[in-house]
Amino acid sequence: MAEHIVSSYDNDLQSLRRRISEMGGIAEKMLVDAIAALVRSDLPLAQSVISSDSRLDLLQREVEENAILTIARRQPLAVDLRETISAIRVSGDVERIGDLAKNIAKRAVAIGGPFQAQKIVVGVQHMSDLVLGQLKDVLDAYAQQDTVRALDVWQRDGAIDALYTSLFRELLTYMMEDPRNISFCTHLLFCAKNIERIGDHTTNIAETVYYLVTGETLAIDRPKNDRSIDVAKAGA
Amino acid sequence: MTSIAINASSAIGGAAAADMHAPVRISVRHLDFFYSDFRGLKDISLDFYDRQVTALIGPSGCGKSTLLRTFNRIYSLYPEQRAQGEILLDGQNILASSVDVNELRARVGMVFQKPTPFPMSIHDNIAFGIRLYEKLSKADLEDRVEQALRKAALWDEVKDKLRQSGMGLSGGQQQRLCIARTIAQRPEVILLDEPTSALDPISTGKIEELIEQLRAEFTIVIVTHNMQQAARISQFTAFMYLGELVEFGPTSKMFMTPNKKQTQDYITGRFG
Repeated sequence: MAEHIVSSYDNDLQSLRRRISEMGGIAEKMLVDAIAALVRSDLPLAQSVISSDSRLDLLQREVEENAILTIARRQPLAVDLRETISAIRVSGDVERIGDLAKNIAKRAVAIGGPFQAQKIVVGVQHMSDLVLGQLKDVLDAYAQQDTVRALDVWQRDGAIDALYTSLFRELLTYMMEDPRNISFCTHLLFCAKNIERIGDHTTNIAETVYYLVTGETLAIDRPKNDRSIDVAKAGA
Repeated sequence: MTSIAINASSAIGGAAAADMHAPVRISVRHLDFFYSDFRGLKDISLDFYDRQVTALIGPSGCGKSTLLRTFNRIYSLYPEQRAQGEILLDGQNILASSVDVNELRARVGMVFQKPTPFPMSIHDNIAFGIRLYEKLSKADLEDRVEQALRKAALWDEVKDKLRQSGMGLSGGQQQRLCIARTIAQRPEVILLDEPTSALDPISTGKIEELIEQLRAEFTIVIVTHNMQQAARISQFTAFMYLGELVEFGPTSKMFMTPNKKQTQDYITGRFG
């Protein structure tokens, strides 16, 4: 796209993009580390995840403030307005992703020791690998304004929901088998839910990328496969 | 794939959304305009809708004021200027030689960039034009003056000094006086050529509020260099460049998702 006549306008928008790119990098690392801390019971790693969240919060605040200033100063229109609004939305989603990763790290600390049921941990890890792929792809789609990639992320979220439902079922079984499993299984359930929520935020970002590029919004109904409510009803 | 696009272009700003079913008031057909040999407008075809505000935008020299000046044939004051093609006002071609331009200018009123009050009292600024075309009793004339000033949102500010000179009003008040003078003729169409470019933000706000109210009765065409103003007050926007119409559409669409790259570059300040 051509540059603005006023070059500082381009600088404003670039600085928004730069901050969001940094936020994306931090959020990805937080998720990878939080899962590693959970799987390996690595408490120092979990602590480092918890402490990196403040940088994400700060960046999000900066994006919001600068986007508002840009609106006030430049009165952006068309693609510039969409870019400014998208920056606010995406930074909000990435900040929430950081919060959810931080929560996983906190639960790794709370669980404290190694697990009895490695199979379930493997399931959580697999789910997180899928979500991490989604997150990388959607951040790339945002940086490159690539709607095809964004749509792909948007549609793949159904697989994560399905995996979450299956983990939910397994964890229920473990808890019913032996009440001593309840504590760590509950933590794992929350971790799985956090990962599933991160998946939802990646689809939000995908929708924002689509809006940013085309000016149109995606349909409200996205493919969803979270059947955990039905599982819970059946179990009750 | 289940889904995709839902149209996101809803109205922006305070202005009402475009009425896509409004009847056409002015229809421009293959209009060319010449300043001697220079072709200022090139084959313009465009409709203006009844009781809608249409903004004409584009860089200086693009032809937007030229187009505006064809609607009341004010250009015909200059012998070297001529228009070719058709401009249908309620189906009648106003470029036809049989058209009485004085009558046309009463039907199509115009307000200019700089306020142009006559050097006479506030009252007479309004009454002068009415007296040219109509023989009214004193009471009816007073009533018309008051109604015009009320519609131009100026009455409360000037009702106690109607006999004072119009030149003594502030710039914003003078501009509203000119709008009142135009309204008093009971026109069908009001042309506004950058009506707020010489005004402070408060006066500009009052004129914009006034335009929004006048839309209930009149078809309004406004030339403006202020993109945000066009986005705020118009239902339709036409973008012109080098004498050509580049794009026309509902304002909400033009300012959020224009179809043409040239339009996007202009409204976002990327025009080199």
